[in-house]
Amino acid sequence: MDKYQAAFDAIIEKDDRVEPRDWMPDDYRNNLIRQISQHAHSEVIGMQPEGNWLLRAPSLRSKQVLLAKIQDEGGHGLYLYSVAETLGVSREEMIDQLHEGKAKYSSIFNYPALNWADIGAIGWLVDGAAIVNQVSLQRTSYGPYSRGMIRICKEESFHQRQGYEIMLHMAKGTPEQKEMAQDALNRFWFPSLMMFGPHDADSAHSSKAMQWKIKRESNDTLRQKFIDKTVPQAEFLGLTVPDPNCKWNEETGHYDHSPFDWDEFWAVVNGNGPCNKERLDHHKKAHNDNAWVREAAVAYAKKTESTLV
Amino acid sequence: MESGDKVWEVFIQKKSGLPFKHAGSVHAYDKKMAIQNARDSYTRRGEGRALWVVPAEAIISVPLDEADAYFNPSEDKIYRHPTFYDIPDGVENL
Ligand SMILES: [Fe+2]
Ligand SMILES: [Fe+2]
Repeated sequence: MDKYQAAFDAIIEKDDRVEPRDWMPDDYRNNLIRQISQHAHSEVIGMQPEGNWLLRAPSLRSKQVLLAKIQDEGGHGLYLYSVAETLGVSREEMIDQLHEGKAKYSSIFNYPALNWADIGAIGWLVDGAAIVNQVSLQRTSYGPYSRGMIRICKEESFHQRQGYEIMLHMAKGTPEQKEMAQDALNRFWFPSLMMFGPHDADSAHSSKAMQWKIKRESNDTLRQKFIDKTVPQAEFLGLTVPDPNCKWNEETGHYDHSPFDWDEFWAVVNGNGPCNKERLDHHKKAHNDNAWVREAAVAYAKKTESTLV
Repeated sequence: MESGDKVWEVFIQKKSGLPFKHAGSVHAYDKKMAIQNARDSYTRRGEGRALWVVPAEAIISVPLDEADAYFNPSEDKIYRHPTFYDIPDGVENL
């Protein structure tokens, strides 16, 4: 084995972090680029369902809060694109791959946000699931990704709370509001659980990623953590998780769940969810409509090359 | 970039995984001399396990007299902090 491979193996073995200038196997690099760019695209595409409610937020307070959250998600996308760029891929390439459908994003964002309760459910469940995943990734073996996750987790802490606050208000509100909250939970529960990806036995990328410590916990482990945290939160709201089999299991020390509808999951991943086309079209349109901004920036940069700031 | 003696800023990573922190600067004529000088100047007592040098002229800074305009606007946005939200007792893991 050559000394570069040995040095890399030692870093992984010792639970140290790989840095951008360290030698790393091509597969490790490509695996990271795929995962991180997908993560970045998810943050950015995820702004769309929530952005849809900015102008209809029920109060100035909730509008400020939602705007701040969406702004954070845009920031998360930028951190993650920057992390991927340290691996030698350009932002332009990543955007092209997204537009050509070669790069994926989390399929949860292909579901619409139909009403204000959905904004609550998204913050509570979708950000909640993302947090469980991202907390685990704070220990990923790639240094810049790990540091990015630490920063993102700090920022995420208000996202889930603002969602839960909306759910609380609605669940404790009028019967109609409570019904909306329950309906949002019904629609977002299973898609949120499927955000963790296929079962461990069927996960194409997982085992290599686990060996390299890019991923530290398996899809099923993370999913179970999320279920165990979230079911009591639903009970506190007086809402019911839409799964008759979701009961506490004394023996395993976890909540059980019904089998998932993986056909639906794969249909959405492969482009046939309710909003896939809309999300991608909107991203392309924004990117193309704003080409003039990039051109203007180039012109301005030329003009100001010699100034200090 | 002109050749000749110039200033390089030095960033040290203390332990694996930690962010690189600014330690100071060195003079050097080329990249290799810069990391060697940085090592000799800043890591003689095991201060680091990794080192970056960056040409000082590549660093752009917010002018101090404009710092207020740059940073103050975040002060009144307390809703960016988790403590802004009322979560009742009895709700856990949030
Ligand atoms: Fe995020
Ligand atoms: Fe978030």
